[in-house]
Amino acid sequence: MESRIRFFLLTVAMATALPGCALLGYKRENGETPEATVPSPGEQPVIQPEVVRREVVTPKIETENFEVGAFAGILGIEDFGTNTVYGVRLAYHITEDFFVEGAVGQSRAGKTSYESLSGSAPLLVDSERDYRYYTLSAGWNALPGEIFIGRNRAYNTALYLIGGVGSTRFGGDDLFSINAGVGYRLLLTDWTAIHLDFRDHMFDTDLLGTNKTTHNLETHLGLTVFF
Amino acid sequence: MQRWIRRAGLAIGLLALQFAVLQAAAAADEYQVVVTDPYLELHTGPGRSYPVFYVIDRGLTVTVLKRRTDWFKVRSDRGKEGWVSRGEILATLGLKGDPLDLQEPSRGDFASRRWEAGVMAGDFGGASVLSLYGAYAVSDSLALELTGSHVLGNFSTGVLGTISLVHTFVPEWRVSPYFTLGTGMIMTSPRTTLVQGPDRSDQIAHVGAGLRGYLTRRFMARIEYRSNVVFTSRDDNEEVDEWKAGFAFFF
Repeated sequence: MESRIRFFLLTVAMATALPGCALLGYKRENGETPEATVPSPGEQPVIQPEVVRREVVTPKIETENFEVGAFAGILGIEDFGTNTVYGVRLAYHITEDFFVEGAVGQSRAGKTSYESLSGSAPLLVDSERDYRYYTLSAGWNALPGEIFIGRNRAYNTALYLIGGVGSTRFGGDDLFSINAGVGYRLLLTDWTAIHLDFRDHMFDTDLLGTNKTTHNLETHLGLTVFF
Repeated sequence: MQRWIRRAGLAIGLLALQFAVLQAAAAADEYQVVVTDPYLELHTGPGRSYPVFYVIDRGLTVTVLKRRTDWFKVRSDRGKEGWVSRGEILATLGLKGDPLDLQEPSRGDFASRRWEAGVMAGDFGGASVLSLYGAYAVSDSLALELTGSHVLGNFSTGVLGTISLVHTFVPEWRVSPYFTLGTGMIMTSPRTTLVQGPDRSDQIAHVGAGLRGYLTRRFMARIEYRSNVVFTSRDDNEEVDEWKAGFAFFF
């Protein structure tokens, strides 16, 4: 069955890719300018048009839909204690409501309670305690608003819900991860923002013998700029 | 470690400085429009939920400073700065009476796009897969595509890089089917909690088909099926079905 599907797709590929190549030449032919018709020297147009060509200015309006920045905070790695985490993020704001974000972060795992209490051989070698992750997430600015500090100061803010997929490198393995959380963005100026994020990174691991889903809670503060 | 952090801090500092310079440079390149609606509403922020705090009367000139999503930051001739929605800014006229041309990408541009990039996620023979791709269209219907994927399974993980030829049957359609054919390399490493096996590097080839759907502005959704063959060093080749869905933009 599968080889029949592949045979069919290959046949379709042959039939379609070849005419596709022919289109390469077609574009150039089409782009040629037709020869201008030149009036003979004796001919004078009856009406001399006196049209002043209007200059059309196409505005070049600066867009600021990207947001880049760094963050630092704490990450609780299930069974392995809590440690500092830091990383960078890049976001693209699609509409006033939705944005997409990519982030990478790094932390380090401590010892499990078993390792500390029993004093036996460590479960992980040193390099396996490195915890690195990347996430690809989508966010929704659920509660946009303003915060008032004193009588004369107001800052734009947004509380957003965010979630996505990614990968976590921990214990020497890459693990498929899901993240979900909530964040608070406070705009200091039009183009700089402070973030306070709470995120749960979930993945399945069999590091401690049985396969289980772990929840790794992260809290971080970040600074970003729009461009 | 300390040095790494210091370097990162310095890089971010420089980046911030560069943005400050860019902001200043942007100020020089301003565009003025005349209000033709009875009045123009200025919001405190780029969104419908931020309150209106100022209005500008018909006939007055405003300077458009910048844009974020569908909101425009403007400055009135009295120096008030606020955010105006796209709908309201489209109702203004240029100083010479010309309508505002925002040069936004549309469906027409979707059909004749040159560059495309996106992310996809899905299933790779029972494992999860995350992909990043970029494509360059040599004609409206034929594109060259580079994909980098991360395969995350229960028994092994892998990194996969492919180059493919993508043929779109009818580029003008809003939802347009395409066909893909390509090859690449896959590097597989078994999970450390299992019996240690060596990392493998194999050639992979695929044939597949998918659908692209234009969403809005420069965005599209995409779903794809690939039938992969991994040319292993063992006696049998491995066949892997791959399903993915994702989100992409063109420019």
